Amino acid sequence: MHKESKIRDPLILGNKTYHDITKDIAKPVEGKANKYWWILFSLSVVLMLWGFICMAYTIGTGIGTWGLNKTIDWAWDITNFVWWIGIGHAGTLISAVLLLFRQKWRMAINRSAEAMTIFGVAQAALFPLIHMGRPWLAYFVFPIPNQFGSLWVNFNSPLLWDVFAISTYFSVSCVFWYIGLIPDFAMLRDRMDKNIAPMKKKLYALMAFGWSGRAKHWQRFEEVSLVLAGLATPLVFSVHSIVSMDFATSIIPGWHTTIFPPYFVLGALFSGFAMVETLLIIMRKVVNMEAYITIKHIEYMNVIILFTGSLVGVAYITELFMAWYSGVEFEQYAFLNRATGPYWWAYASMMTCNVVIPQLYWIYKIRTSFVATFILSIFVNIGMWFERFVIIVTSLHRDFLPSSWGMFSPSFIDIGIFLGTIGFFFVLFLLYSRAFPVVAQAEIKSILKSSGSEYKK
Amino acid sequence: MKEKIIHAIFNDEQDVLTAVKALKDNDVNVNEVFSPFPIHGLDPILGLKETRMAITAFIYGCIGLTFGALLIYYIMISGEGKSWPMNIGGKPNQTFYHNLPSFVPIIFECTVLFAAHLMSITYLFRNKLYPGSSSTSPDPRTTDDKFLVEVLYNKNKDQILQLLKKSNVSEINEKDED
Repeated sequence: MHKESKIRDPLILGNKTYHDITKDIAKPVEGKANKYWWILFSLSVVLMLWGFICMAYTIGTGIGTWGLNKTIDWAWDITNFVWWIGIGHAGTLISAVLLLFRQKWRMAINRSAEAMTIFGVAQAALFPLIHMGRPWLAYFVFPIPNQFGSLWVNFNSPLLWDVFAISTYFSVSCVFWYIGLIPDFAMLRDRMDKNIAPMKKKLYALMAFGWSGRAKHWQRFEEVSLVLAGLATPLVFSVHSIVSMDFATSIIPGWHTTIFPPYFVLGALFSGFAMVETLLIIMRKVVNMEAYITIKHIEYMNVIILFTGSLVGVAYITELFMAWYSGVEFEQYAFLNRATGPYWWAYASMMTCNVVIPQLYWIYKIRTSFVATFILSIFVNIGMWFERFVIIVTSLHRDFLPSSWGMFSPSFIDIGIFLGTIGFFFVLFLLYSRAFPVVAQAEIKSILKSSGSEYKK
Repeated sequence: MKEKIIHAIFNDEQDVLTAVKALKDNDVNVNEVFSPFPIHGLDPILGLKETRMAITAFIYGCIGLTFGALLIYYIMISGEGKSWPMNIGGKPNQTFYHNLPSFVPIIFECTVLFAAHLMSITYLFRNKLYPGSSSTSPDPRTTDDKFLVEVLYNKNKDQILQLLKKSNVSEINEKDED
């Protein structure tokens, strides 16, 4: 059996048995939703519907309804796209990278983090889809035989790499998530009473794929999880590297930098963890998971945020230094303009939210406080949105020809679509929290005797 | 010969390990163990061979790599690429190896895509898991908090029961094999 030091803090609080874990995790699925759930859900549905209306208007009328112009031809939508993709990174990091590093604390949060990944990537994918203008022709981005002469995709283009990377990432994340869910669906199936909830029982039986927990199945389960983690780890790094290459392979000053892939990956992990915290701090209260998602989990995540946030800060400073050191005046201007030009406020927000504020996590009291963490995680979410805005908009708004210099401001529709994706994301997440086992119960049970507070005495 | 079955139910995974070890040492046929989570250390005692899932993943990855490379080779270089060459930004596209650096990302993604999906499908097939399949566990509590050891026997019933009792069994259900 796995042994753990007595000094190490427990990961499961309270006097729990295996059966208590089952009950606690099945409770949100079996019980009725509380008032807060309904309030949040209604708000999210309203936002989502508003977003859908704005999307329909965009598709019906055209991209002219957005704030884009000829100079700044990538702006709001791509900022949101990169932001959502970044948020989608923590899920796989938690479930894959932390599994490879044998971090037991991942078990309480990986299920929800993976759900967040899948829902986040779905929001991200909406933006390029709408920006196409004719989303029903979206299949053009895939290399499929077609009747238009020989119209094939260009494998030299980072935009095509992105299509492959994101679709692979999305589908592999779904598979990883589902493989882990099968034993937990089986637990729900076996608990449901045939006479009280026959439909529910049938549904969970269908989703559990007939799982019965044989020794050989568990052996394969563990191997498959480990290999999937091994595959997902380079995948997660490749996805955001490729997203950064959408910019880095072009010759715009401010985009054309070799630091972009690691810088984007770190930023993505940074923002992904912040979003996990925002969601979990609410979720642990709403569905009563306080015993499993403890302050220790939050503290571990805060340490990662502090680390990645500091590295992101180093990347910002390196960029500035390299601009100066390169001696290229266009490059120097691009960065000087970022910090002191008309968009200085966006740059200042980015620096404050991403570099200065996370440094507060050096203070023990702040990194072990739910309230402080919640507030700080919102700052990080905002800061990371501004990072993408700064990179995209400020690099474009001073064109090669001063006559075409311009400014960008989002239109009503732009804002509507962004808010709509936030609503859509929360709708999906709230439905998930009522229908799925939000904590990987089989994994949690396997560490109860080594990391449960009652067993550590 | 018709074999009889004992379903021994345990509350703790450590007891399962001691019970299975004791039974195996006495040459009792331990047919299966059903548990709510993987019990580490059980596989060698139960005599399970190592799984070959990782090997299948490697093979599928190789197939994915080949598929990605051939797809790109056909579209960009040999087939479609010859009749409709794409000249974008003057990037060379006459030979595969000149272009290889910009083909790496997609070849990599294809490798991961094939390895992950096909391995998962193999896993479901090997475990006979599919929508509509029903649980084969003799007791529904094995997904909650109970551990079930299935023992097949013809004789020496008393000895088996004694061994089980020694390792803290909580329930014993006897069944005839049909």
